[in-house]
Amino acid sequence: MIENTKCECGHNNPIGTILCEYCGKPLDEGQQEKKSIEKEMRYDGVARRSQKKEQNFLDRVWSFFSSVKVAIILIVITLLASGIGTIFEQERLTGSSDPESYYIEKYGVWGEWYYKLGFSDMYNSWWFATLLAMIGVSLVICSLDRVVPLYRALKNQTVPKSTHFILRQRISHQETLKAEDKEEKWKKLIGALKKKRYEVRQEGNSILAEKGRISRWGPYINHIGLIIFLVGVLLRFIVPGWYLEQALYIREGETLRLPDTPYYLKNEKFTVEMYEGEFSNVPKNYQTDAILYEKDKNGQLVPVHRHAIRVNHPLEYNELFLVQADYQMETTGLKLKVIEKQTKKNLGTFSVDFQKISANQVYKVGDLEIRALEYYPDFVLQNGRPATQSQEPNLPAFVFEVKAKGANEGEKSWVISGQDTSSLTPQNKYEIDLEGIETALSSGLLIRVDQSLPIIFAGGFICLIGLVMGFYWHHRRIWIKYEDGKIYLGSHTNKSWYSLRREIDQIAEQSGLRLKLTQE
Amino acid sequence: MERLMENLLLFTFILYLCAFIAFAIAISGKKIKDQKKKERRWGNIAIGVTIAGVACHLAFTITRILVTGHFPTSNMFEFTTFLCFAIVLAFIVIFFIYRSVVLGAFAMPLALIILAYAAVFPREVQPLIPALQSYWLVIHVGLTALASGMFAVGFVAGLIYLINQVGNQKQGRNGFFLEIILLATLMFVGFIFTNLISSSMGYEAQIAHIVDGEQQVQSYEIPPLVGPADGQVQKMTPFLGLDKPLMEAPAWMKGHESAKLLNSTLWGILVGLLLYGLIRLIARKRISSLLHPLIKDWNPELIDEISYRSTAIAFPIFTLGALIFAMIWAHEAWGRFWGWDPKEVWALITWLFYSAYLHLRLSRGWHGIRSAWLVVGGFLVIMFNQIFINLVVSGLHSYA
Ligand code: HEM
Repeated sequence: MIENTKCECGHNNPIGTILCEYCGKPLDEGQQEKKSIEKEMRYDGVARRSQKKEQNFLDRVWSFFSSVKVAIILIVITLLASGIGTIFEQERLTGSSDPESYYIEKYGVWGEWYYKLGFSDMYNSWWFATLLAMIGVSLVICSLDRVVPLYRALKNQTVPKSTHFILRQRISHQETLKAEDKEEKWKKLIGALKKKRYEVRQEGNSILAEKGRISRWGPYINHIGLIIFLVGVLLRFIVPGWYLEQALYIREGETLRLPDTPYYLKNEKFTVEMYEGEFSNVPKNYQTDAILYEKDKNGQLVPVHRHAIRVNHPLEYNELFLVQADYQMETTGLKLKVIEKQTKKNLGTFSVDFQKISANQVYKVGDLEIRALEYYPDFVLQNGRPATQSQEPNLPAFVFEVKAKGANEGEKSWVISGQDTSSLTPQNKYEIDLEGIETALSSGLLIRVDQSLPIIFAGGFICLIGLVMGFYWHHRRIWIKYEDGKIYLGSHTNKSWYSLRREIDQIAEQSGLRLKLTQE
Repeated sequence: MERLMENLLLFTFILYLCAFIAFAIAISGKKIKDQKKKERRWGNIAIGVTIAGVACHLAFTITRILVTGHFPTSNMFEFTTFLCFAIVLAFIVIFFIYRSVVLGAFAMPLALIILAYAAVFPREVQPLIPALQSYWLVIHVGLTALASGMFAVGFVAGLIYLINQVGNQKQGRNGFFLEIILLATLMFVGFIFTNLISSSMGYEAQIAHIVDGEQQVQSYEIPPLVGPADGQVQKMTPFLGLDKPLMEAPAWMKGHESAKLLNSTLWGILVGLLLYGLIRLIARKRISSLLHPLIKDWNPELIDEISYRSTAIAFPIFTLGALIFAMIWAHEAWGRFWGWDPKEVWALITWLFYSAYLHLRLSRGWHGIRSAWLVVGGFLVIMFNQIFINLVVSGLHSYA
């Protein structure tokens, strides 16, 4: 619709321009009829790429993503999806290996559909990621689409505007002013504007007073912050070694390699502390006194860092991050007693430590020497043969050899936790029974490496700076012109019109204009 | 010291109440010639009392810190009390920008309701569990509460705008939904009333039931209209001749407190309806048309701007407190800055909702009624997070 880009004032405008960049007059015939040009004022009528008339495929994609309507729809869909994800707990939290039946059992038909529709793992789903990615793309394109026009609009501001432009502002005013009074009023007006901290530019009989321009950059900076944030999140998935999350249980005294890292960690001491008195069931402190090691060239462990890891006080070393997350009681061994079958006499006890079981280890009870010949941490019978399902001592079973001191030959004795095994070896002289279990606290640590954190937090803070700029400042402009015995005033802001009106009222009062825009 | 603390809170409540009355006087009355003068005089008194109230509230907060040794935002009572403080503080800030007396007449009752709601929760001092022992507790929760207070003022302005515009409409969806919002507020008040009255009269009932194969006892402080499914009454003070629950909660509500919550909700609804019925009976009008005359002479554009401005002031604070600082703290305490915990998700939803509002308003020109509905909706989202998510959906954040 906009063909001629040359304004009456003689200025040549880029194609797509709505208001002349120089004098502000609408270029389009249809526009000139309008009573208000408030809509066009957003970017002072500067051309935007997304509003090109002829569009190829790329232009269409561009227009799609630069549209605020589309952005709002994306935001609302993300919002709804996030909300749906909190109706039932997410799969990750159920701790169930068969989530489908978990949901069906717990929530019936609703649970079934919740699972089937993929809501139970909402935040890891590909389409949720796609939504975020689309918001990201939208942010980039929409910012590019507008930041250039905005820059042009704010950079090229001219002071004298056509009266057409001034009178079609949302706030506009005209009154007659005798030429001899003009000088005095003009001075007062400039004084009042300056008092309100406007930056005043004058050219002949025109004034442009402006303040809070910084506010206009706010949204762009906040969108850039969001883009940086999203890029930071994206990098975690695509750069190898950038991101790591592992849980580790480590017992007091133990030294373990931290999986997928070059480090080793020793738990010197683990403390659980409760409050005293009335609140003895409320925990006060969880603490792992830890030493971090690295291997040197000779394969020796060298301590590099010591830290008391507590909740809210993680260990930080280079990119590594260790957080106190949990603790658990672990069975570390069994206490066993030896009974002489005939007399039912308890001959004494011995303890086996699961970590230190070997056929060479000899346990002594009285005159007897006992060795563990076989050990099955997680006992099962497979085809009638003993075997172990895992290395976790879930159901420990042993074959012990019990031998009198100096004797050549001993007898074999089965111990399977939770089972009476005396019938397996009826001829035995001795029987080994469970006396108790030995436990130790094992500290649960979370191992984290997250190299994108600086990017993510930087993004967050940039976003914040943009928000503060955008919301705690207001871009206000006032155009004043004296022409043919009349004074014209027009004003524009990007938001908070009422406050602007009130401010103009005050300025008018101080400079003696007959203008009252607000009432309470 | 603890006596002093209790008294300070009571005194705060009284001052807020007085401030509310003064604001109400300031805006009431016919538009006589002296109206402006009267409005100014009573407005000044009212804001003075409000500031005294806030000072008193601050004194309470400080004594509470001295007594407990931590910043009082660690359980429902403490957080809700602080939220009330934030609302009043936000109102004072906005008052000094716009000098709007009518805002006070509606913001103060909201603050009072929130403070009364705080009193529903147990007040005793609890020590902090390790996860909360951090200066981030003040920074994150404090800022989030301040932002919520500011959003609340936006909500109040939105509500005033709606009453101003559609309060006297007997037909149409706007008028209908406005009345629903006011009715819901009454129900919330009803819920608070029953709780406070019943527990101050020492009402008690205990009902045992089986949850996941274990027996649990629910103690009711208000008469159980609804008991848990397959519950066994162990002890119950008779209420109007009732010695066992009127009915049982549906079996799927088996969470250990959910029947109790359902019961309180039901009481809230009943008492709310009762109050509503009484008002309708006496005034023979909708509440919104009852309030309309008080507000109809105020400039709607000003109120619209107040609702936007409060929201705009709150948004960066919320971003900082509820998202950025929350992430930093979560990173330190739990080793991940974001874990899709329900409370976190709802903070994100709140933020997305308000950002949609801002885009709609700034870029698509949604002003006036639509904008007012959005700020009302935004505050409902905040309250939903505060109440429902805290009490019903358990996650890492439900400490209280
Ligand atoms: C969740 C993501 C987003 C947030 C939190 C956000 C936040 C904001 C905020 C706070 C403003 C300032 C509003 C005001 O001053 O009242 C704004 C303005 C704006 N946003 Fe966004 N935004 C987001 C996403 C997007 C996207 C995806 C687009 C893409 C089209 C977009 C386009 C705009 C535009 C065009 C403006 C107006 C800028 C101007 O004043 O010239 N926003 N945004």
